[in-house]
Amino acid sequence: MRAIMEGSEAVAWTIRACRVGAISAYPITPQTRIVEFLSTFVANGDLKAQFVNVESEHSAASFVLGASATGVRAYSATSSQGFLLMAEVLFNIAGLRLPLVITVANRSVSAPINIWNDHQDSVTLRDAGWIQFYGESIQEVCDLHIQGYRISEDPKVLLPVMVCMDGYILTHGREIVEIPEPEEVDKFLPPYKPVHVLDVDNPVSMGLLAGPESYMETRYAIHKTMEEVLEIIPQVADEFEKVFGRRSGGLIESYKTEDAERVIVGKGSMMGTVKEVVDQLRAEGEKVGAVKVITHRPFPAQVLYQTLKEVKEIAVVEKSISLGCWSPLFTEIKALFQGKKENPSISGFVIGLGGRDVTTKDIRKIFLDWKGKVAEGEFINLRLPQENKGGK
Amino acid sequence: MLVPIVAKPGSTLSYETGSWRTEVKPKFLHKNCIACGLCYLVCPEGCITGEGKNTFTADYRYCKGCGLCAYVCPKKDIVMVPEEEKLKE
Repeated sequence: MRAIMEGSEAVAWTIRACRVGAISAYPITPQTRIVEFLSTFVANGDLKAQFVNVESEHSAASFVLGASATGVRAYSATSSQGFLLMAEVLFNIAGLRLPLVITVANRSVSAPINIWNDHQDSVTLRDAGWIQFYGESIQEVCDLHIQGYRISEDPKVLLPVMVCMDGYILTHGREIVEIPEPEEVDKFLPPYKPVHVLDVDNPVSMGLLAGPESYMETRYAIHKTMEEVLEIIPQVADEFEKVFGRRSGGLIESYKTEDAERVIVGKGSMMGTVKEVVDQLRAEGEKVGAVKVITHRPFPAQVLYQTLKEVKEIAVVEKSISLGCWSPLFTEIKALFQGKKENPSISGFVIGLGGRDVTTKDIRKIFLDWKGKVAEGEFINLRLPQENKGGK
Repeated sequence: MLVPIVAKPGSTLSYETGSWRTEVKPKFLHKNCIACGLCYLVCPEGCITGEGKNTFTADYRYCKGCGLCAYVCPKKDIVMVPEEEKLKE
């Protein structure tokens, strides 16, 4: 079906097309409408699934952990505080090697309370052993869910996937989207065949104690799998393109970087704005480009290095910061180039926290005003009250 | 890559607590038993079985020799005897 649709609704239709069998729901802005649409589908008989209203996000995650362990394709969605509330369960899901896809409608974290978009929630759990995707558009976000189930359930992978979708910007924005029918998704996503399953007729124990003599190897196993996933993600994106006729997902998307002297690296919907500014500046004779990081975990080190190594000045622009240190992607890219013979200037910018709008003006400033200068966590478009105006 | 993180479940049946017994064990006389079932109810290991008068007995693979069955028997039909004594069956 091709329609103008709100992001939340598009994701719900996509989950329906993936023939999900168990859904847990707990409301939090800006994710709530995804599960509301799904509840309507289940109530109308358009989706055969167990739909359970749980008492908290911790329960929502526990529900899908259990469902996946019994061999049912499961789904949930959350944001911000809810995402952090389920944090320990998310670590468990990855440690148990259970396939799963959830949507994280990226929203800033309290305090103070803020319901608008930034990436602080999902980046906070980048160590948990989950595969993390960031979509630029509603279409890409939808497609990443389909690819997500395929990757997650692969017996060589067995790691959960979170599809990150900018809250409000993508969840409540509208786009023309192409939502495949379940029969079309069947050609790409076979039914879930669990490797380990809780079955009363063949009982097994999951979630065992692992002492100092065995725990470390389980973490190594996930780490090694993440390396293998770096190969699998582009293959799945290629196959998706063959089956559905459009390019979505993959590790990164590079935009006009071939001869670029200066490149902005970032994630999510703001990359649409960045590409717009790249086009503007190219028309003005500036050699600029953009790299959209779609897969943040596993960290696509090799492909980022290959894409960025000839670039003179790199600006990593992020909607998050590790308070007291630098932003995550900036830190990772700096680490990537440490010891390499290429020595680009790498700057880090913090933008759009708490949903502050990322404008073409801001991106132009980063491209033009910072020529020859290095930023280490410069906050863009900061509006301090008059008395506190200090620093740059 | 996967390392083993799933296992077949165990069972407490594999731990034969009877090996913890030291000095005494219960002898079921089968003389005056009225099948009240108190010995079966009170046993902390749940290792006493029986159906009808003078049929109650302990599973000595699991009996820890605590003596509660002998203590509660209203007919004194259970006595605690030295571990070394050979019992029928």
